[in-house]
Amino acid sequence: MAAPVVMYEEEYGQLKNVITRLCADANAKFVFLVDKNGQQIAAHGEMLNLDTTSLASLTAGNVAATDGLAHLIGEQGFPVLSHEGERDNIHISIVANRVILVVIFDERSSLGLVRLRVKRATAEMNAIFEAIDRKVDREREMGFALDSPFAEITEEDIDALFS
Amino acid sequence: MTFINYASREINCKIVYYGPGLGGKTTNLQFIYDSTAQQAKGKLISLATETDRTLFFDFLPLDLGTVRGFKTRFHLYTVPGQVFYDASRKLILKGVDGVVFVADSQRERMDANVESLFNLELNLKQHGYDLTKLPYVLQLNKRDLPNVVAVDELKAELIRRDEPIFEAVAFRGVGVFDTLKAVAKQVLMELRKNSGG
Repeated sequence: MAAPVVMYEEEYGQLKNVITRLCADANAKFVFLVDKNGQQIAAHGEMLNLDTTSLASLTAGNVAATDGLAHLIGEQGFPVLSHEGERDNIHISIVANRVILVVIFDERSSLGLVRLRVKRATAEMNAIFEAIDRKVDREREMGFALDSPFAEITEEDIDALFS
Repeated sequence: MTFINYASREINCKIVYYGPGLGGKTTNLQFIYDSTAQQAKGKLISLATETDRTLFFDFLPLDLGTVRGFKTRFHLYTVPGQVFYDASRKLILKGVDGVVFVADSQRERMDANVESLFNLELNLKQHGYDLTKLPYVLQLNKRDLPNVVAVDELKAELIRRDEPIFEAVAFRGVGVFDTLKAVAKQVLMELRKNSGG
């Protein structure tokens, strides 16, 4: 089984700050960070009733399908995707090669502004994900997972989930 | 690939339902969705054709509760079973933590079962997974039909190791939750093993 993808509190806080600032600077309605496997990482914005779980899964599927198309035509991938709607638009880009940044914006912003602000935010987030990788590598070297929730899980704990 | 968020105290795992076309993968998810309490499930997303054949995937997020202070969520996916959707199946398998193979017990679907299982092994291998080591459950669906292959014969053809095997009639819910519990339990036990527990 592949090692779990981990998000620590400190780095989560930093990522949340970055996307909060991005949302404001880009005049966006909603900014969302999704891991490429469809897990939501962080979100900020005014679309409070948005089904972020479905958004995460569909975004990851979208990016995966587009990556598949890219490979078919000999491209490495399409790191930026843009969908234009009647009212709202979606800008999707890849961060640190494994995380998807989604920005939803309307006429209060523009594609150009979003792309500009995303570029800056991406550089900041790349550094944060590198820090996470270093932390995970350190733990592996030490031979244990930091405060792993699984370390002491028992069969009774698991059975209780299904009772 | 399991996602552990220490900030929000959440664990998310991915389970993929695989198998030949019209075997009952989507039916499994639909039954789970219909039978699960509102607060424990998200929306069932189905990307399907006009004739309700899965086109890309079905997706159902389930909240199983809390273990050691962490909210435990399972993301259930189905793949499209029709042979020509192989490219999509490969994509959906990425990051999988556990697999359920839904076999169609009808005699005339035996070849399709074998082909689909071979396809699963191949696609997993391309992602660096080994079916003999991944959390895995075999479901023998449609046991209510008159033209089904005997269970022993199905096992002989489809069993891959010592995986749990469940007989099912998915549209009535028979065997559906037993299958899900078995694969989810394997996933969590595997995570415990890998964390040194």
